[in-house]
Amino acid sequence: MTAGPVPILAEGLTKTYGGFTAVDGIDLEVRRGEAFGVLGANGAGKSSTMRMIACVSPVTAGSLRILGRDSATDGAAIRARLGVVPQDDTIDGELTVRENLLIYGRYFGLSWKVLRERSARLLEFARLEDKAGDAVGTLSGGMRRRLTIARALINEPEIVLLDEPTTGLDPQARHLLWERLHRLKQDGVTLLLTTHYMDEAEQLCDRLVVMDAGRIVASGTPAELIARHTSREVLELKFAADERQVMIDKCRGLAERMEELPYRLLLYTDDGEETLAAVNARGVRPRTALIRRSTLEDVFLTLTGRSLVD
Amino acid sequence: MGTSAPAFRELGYWLFRYRRTWRGSIVISVANPLFFLTALGLGLGKLVDRDGALHGESYLRFILPGMLVAAVMQTAFLEAAGPVLQSVRQRGNYRAAAATPLSPEDILYGHLMFWALRAVQNAVLFTGVSVVFGAVDPARAPLLVPIALLVAVAFATPAAAWSVTVTRPSQISAVFRFAVLPLYMFSGTFFPVEQLPSWLRPLAWATPLWHGVDLGRAVALGTATPFRVLVHVGYLTAMAVAGLLVARRNYRRTLHV
Repeated sequence: MTAGPVPILAEGLTKTYGGFTAVDGIDLEVRRGEAFGVLGANGAGKSSTMRMIACVSPVTAGSLRILGRDSATDGAAIRARLGVVPQDDTIDGELTVRENLLIYGRYFGLSWKVLRERSARLLEFARLEDKAGDAVGTLSGGMRRRLTIARALINEPEIVLLDEPTTGLDPQARHLLWERLHRLKQDGVTLLLTTHYMDEAEQLCDRLVVMDAGRIVASGTPAELIARHTSREVLELKFAADERQVMIDKCRGLAERMEELPYRLLLYTDDGEETLAAVNARGVRPRTALIRRSTLEDVFLTLTGRSLVD
Repeated sequence: MGTSAPAFRELGYWLFRYRRTWRGSIVISVANPLFFLTALGLGLGKLVDRDGALHGESYLRFILPGMLVAAVMQTAFLEAAGPVLQSVRQRGNYRAAAATPLSPEDILYGHLMFWALRAVQNAVLFTGVSVVFGAVDPARAPLLVPIALLVAVAFATPAAAWSVTVTRPSQISAVFRFAVLPLYMFSGTFFPVEQLPSWLRPLAWATPLWHGVDLGRAVALGTATPFRVLVHVGYLTAMAVAGLLVARRNYRRTLHV
């Protein structure tokens, strides 16, 4: 891609509703052609951030420039170059799959001729060619999502915003969607997505930020975040309910850090085997023990003290 | 056709949807006056015309403008209330449009143009049927169309301004039942307001529908005076403008949160 203005540049971006601060002075820089993730639990401020970037929510304070333009004054011109995949579907259930693409494209002032050609291509991209003439009501959840994404591409956007794109989809539908998003990225489209799925973030994102209570608490590549904020390995232990507390107390001091979750105990360590041996030496008898590499989930736990999906 | 003014793109959306239902809506627009003119004009009218309360006008000619204006009000309310609620909430087509270059005001103006077109379509069919029935002077009938348009806009804009903030469909049916239908009954649609007890008359004169009905009737029967026309048109225009201003504000607050 040729060097142009930075796709998304936010400084001190703030959003308040009445007395409630949803987004609390965040800085963001999304580079051309990358897939950028915003991670956070529900209520962390992800969706408010996305709505401001989509230019459908006025910025309370701070500056927000998208494709070199000011979001406060150039909203319409910016929206013309964005593709938006909202969290809740806004597909028209009374129209057919193809009609949804056509009529949405008209909002961008595109001619019917251009739209007929593009919708054929996008139906293929979304693997919905066979469904073109069907009512939207007959689509599965994954198909609806793919239609929403296809619709967001009708204006050939430079940036695509995806707010929790795979929430509520089954694993197969998620993988197909990820594969389509990868293809978009290869075509040079900048992707900004929110998610509370760690595997999704690791699959898709070149860089990401972790949000908590309206602030950015960490940023970097997935590998950087794991290296910086958590140990190399994690020992996961599960106990029988009646001896759980006794066992947990016995494990204290065996690892750099310990995290108690409702159904498991996490021990953060650089050598899982060694820690497991130490655990056994103390007479701790877990029902199951698992050694694994640290993931973004652990980064999130470390940073915010709670898990992403409750 | 390449680019068009943004508001026309919203109008395009509603026309695109309308392609699926226009036949049915035209049948309703024609059947509605047919039933009313037959039942009220020919049936009830025969009875009313005996006592001469309408100063020599036939009941059919007396109620025709009122029926038209009231029907237009009802359609304007129904098309501006429920569909706006659906557009913001369930179907979400307003939210989808707000993600495109359209502003909330463009979305409002585009939808308003659709209501206006529907009102004109309704009024043309209604007066057309009425002319065939001999219920209105063919020379004055075309004047009823712009009056119907004014009434439709005067009711559609406040209805939209309110509906864009509504969260439950039951609120809309409540307003229809307790505000719109009573207007129908007490705004001189079926009988001269002078028939009401004297203490109730000022209330009728204050209702927006009465201004529309009386304007339509005065024009259709050839009894209009410049002062009367000015008062009615002024009232309805003020209502349309106030509704539009509040709707603009509410659309922006709802769609650009």
